[in-house]
Amino acid sequence: MSVIGNTALRFSEDQAMIMDVARAFCADRSPMASVRALLESDAGFDPAVWQEMVDMGWPGMTLPEALGGAGLGVAAAVPVFEAMGRSLLGGPLMASLLAGQLLLRAQVGNAADNALLAIAAGAPATIALLDSADWGAERIRCELQDGVLRGVKQQVLEAAAAEWFVVVAQEHNAPVLAVVPATAVAPAVRRDHVLIDATRRAQSIDFTGIQVSEEAVLRGPAVASALRDVRLMGALLLAAEAGGSAASCLDTTVDYLKTRKQFGKLIGSYQALKHPCVDILMAVDSTRSFVYHAATLLGEDALDTDAEIACRMAKAQATETLKYAGDRAVQFHGGMGFTWECDAQLYLRRAQWVQQAFGDAPHHRKRLAELLLDR
Amino acid sequence: MSQVSEEEKAAFRQQVAAWMQANKPADPGFLLPQSFMEVGSEQQLDFLREWQHKVWSAGYLGMAWPREYGGQGVDPVFQSIADQEMRRHAVPICFNVIGLGWAGPLINDIGTEAEKARYLKGILTGEDIWCQGFSEPDHGSDLGNAQLRARRDGEEYVLNGTKIWTTMGNFAKYMILLARTNPEAERKYDGLSFFLAPMQVAGVDPRPIRKLTGEYGFTETFFTDARIPASCRMGEEGQGWKIAMKTLQYERGAEAGAAGGLAFVRIAIDDMIAGLADVERDGAPALQDPAIRDQLVQMIMEEKAVVLGDRRAAIGPLTTDYPFSLPLSNKLRFTESTRRMRQLAINLQGADGGLYVGDEGAREGGFWQRAYLNSFSATIGGGTSQVQANIIAEHILGLPK
Repeated sequence: MSVIGNTALRFSEDQAMIMDVARAFCADRSPMASVRALLESDAGFDPAVWQEMVDMGWPGMTLPEALGGAGLGVAAAVPVFEAMGRSLLGGPLMASLLAGQLLLRAQVGNAADNALLAIAAGAPATIALLDSADWGAERIRCELQDGVLRGVKQQVLEAAAAEWFVVVAQEHNAPVLAVVPATAVAPAVRRDHVLIDATRRAQSIDFTGIQVSEEAVLRGPAVASALRDVRLMGALLLAAEAGGSAASCLDTTVDYLKTRKQFGKLIGSYQALKHPCVDILMAVDSTRSFVYHAATLLGEDALDTDAEIACRMAKAQATETLKYAGDRAVQFHGGMGFTWECDAQLYLRRAQWVQQAFGDAPHHRKRLAELLLDR
Repeated sequence: MSQVSEEEKAAFRQQVAAWMQANKPADPGFLLPQSFMEVGSEQQLDFLREWQHKVWSAGYLGMAWPREYGGQGVDPVFQSIADQEMRRHAVPICFNVIGLGWAGPLINDIGTEAEKARYLKGILTGEDIWCQGFSEPDHGSDLGNAQLRARRDGEEYVLNGTKIWTTMGNFAKYMILLARTNPEAERKYDGLSFFLAPMQVAGVDPRPIRKLTGEYGFTETFFTDARIPASCRMGEEGQGWKIAMKTLQYERGAEAGAAGGLAFVRIAIDDMIAGLADVERDGAPALQDPAIRDQLVQMIMEEKAVVLGDRRAAIGPLTTDYPFSLPLSNKLRFTESTRRMRQLAINLQGADGGLYVGDEGAREGGFWQRAYLNSFSATIGGGTSQVQANIIAEHILGLPK
């Protein structure tokens, strides 16, 4: 068995159609002027645009039809996030989708159906996942004891918009999920983060003392497996988004190199600038290949080893690609690149956030080494 | 589309596999070339010639070529299957690559009956070795600018000039030659003609070039008033460029007209990892060293990206941004990742990485050291990586020259 392993890559007509729609929608609703206007807004997204996404059925895209979703599977959402990344379009979609997948995969019977129906209908949800700055931590610090939560969660994505929180906690050292309505999370326990990527919003939330009713707790072996899968899917969806951002970052840089003159020549004619652009193009190409390979291997069941390898590779590749693309974009714009006004900073700053979320490249490569070299 | 049934293909595959298994030669006790560009000694040549002859005798080479010229006239899909099985069984290469993959298919396509009868069978049996005379010392990969002069003199052409990087030039009987018959032509391309030139004539002097590996494999070929019959010209005067470009299309294998056979030995990253099983670093297995593991994973990803890129290139909706970026960057990607992988293989050997072919303690006989040095033939030949990057920047990204 070769370490190169599974190399399946398929793309369905459904996915192609969704990609066309998503790219046109994002380009139209998220021109750079809108992105910039939202940077300094409280919400970070335009509620009217979010409502359109809800009307198109995007929040429920991956949920079963019986729960008001489209039953398409996570693979169908991959082109949507790639398109959003390309246009730097934010909002609660990714947080909601991952929260929905976590509940769907963890629930026994219909325990989470009410929350899932709400998510499919467009009520934003999010996962309160991170206990510390360590995305690779195995141990869950937040506790659930006698129906009461204790612990602080970091970087809860799009928390201000969320109507539902899925809090990852441990009860007698077993992972559990507590479904908490936003009304139970008072403003006093929430602190808005200032993220380096200003196209997103997140909060730090102290859940200590919040009571969770018995029927709002998901327990059992499916929880651990669902958490593992959702971490991998989060890595993949962010990889798709980062790949889209890296592609438009490259376009931004290339456009500048074609118009800016120095020393009497278009600067794009200099090999010192040309060759890194080719490196970025090839890295963007690799990212897309890994992302859609991983999408090919996702199913409704728990992710198998091939799918895990693919998701980790996608994130490792995408993260490094966007970092490099953003870094060179600022540098190649020269003095302009150092300004707030230049779009290069948007990509550079996004890259710094994205590289960490759901594990950075060295983290995923470390896990990949176990999967590839120790078999 | 092939009309051959799946059953027929499977049965044939089984038959080839059995033959390869039974006839794969034992280790000859000296390093074999990994590609046709590395045949440096008579010893290697004799071995490979015998092997190619054996493959042809068994009926697994030139299968789609006409029967009267040594082929079998069957569907090319059979040859593709035979090639796949050769690769899978990691048998030696069929070394006469310029004949099998360039000159032969060209003659088969546009040659006269006389040319077919004269040349094709010898290409398949390995008796007649072919070389290629396109590149020249001062013009690198700028083939259109070839300056080697072919001057018509009665029923002969008189050749003067130099070709470089002639693979197996010192062993070859014939050369496919691109030469300038009309230096005054308005377009430089229109002054070129194409020849099936004999090498064993007075005034042709192939001088072996010693490579950085210490071995041979190429020659610099000097032509000084060398006279060849005018009948060696293929096509009309002035058609040389067109014909030379045509030879490049056979690279895609048997389906495109090539005779088949392995042109190079594929070196997989798995081979490298397997070779490291007993290497130690800081007193522990190297494969447990976190830094090494990270490097290996990066290398695996680099290789996997090449394979996945080929898959994605076939999916229209996933290639809309820059439709030709994957095919056009393939050479750059593949050759550079190959070079890096072989370099990594040396890095990981510890002190053994400093040994070379000829040292009895060298790992796998110095295979990786030699492979790394040879890998530059691909990152330099056929347009250097830097020229490739310029091409991609200008043609794909649209950056100014």
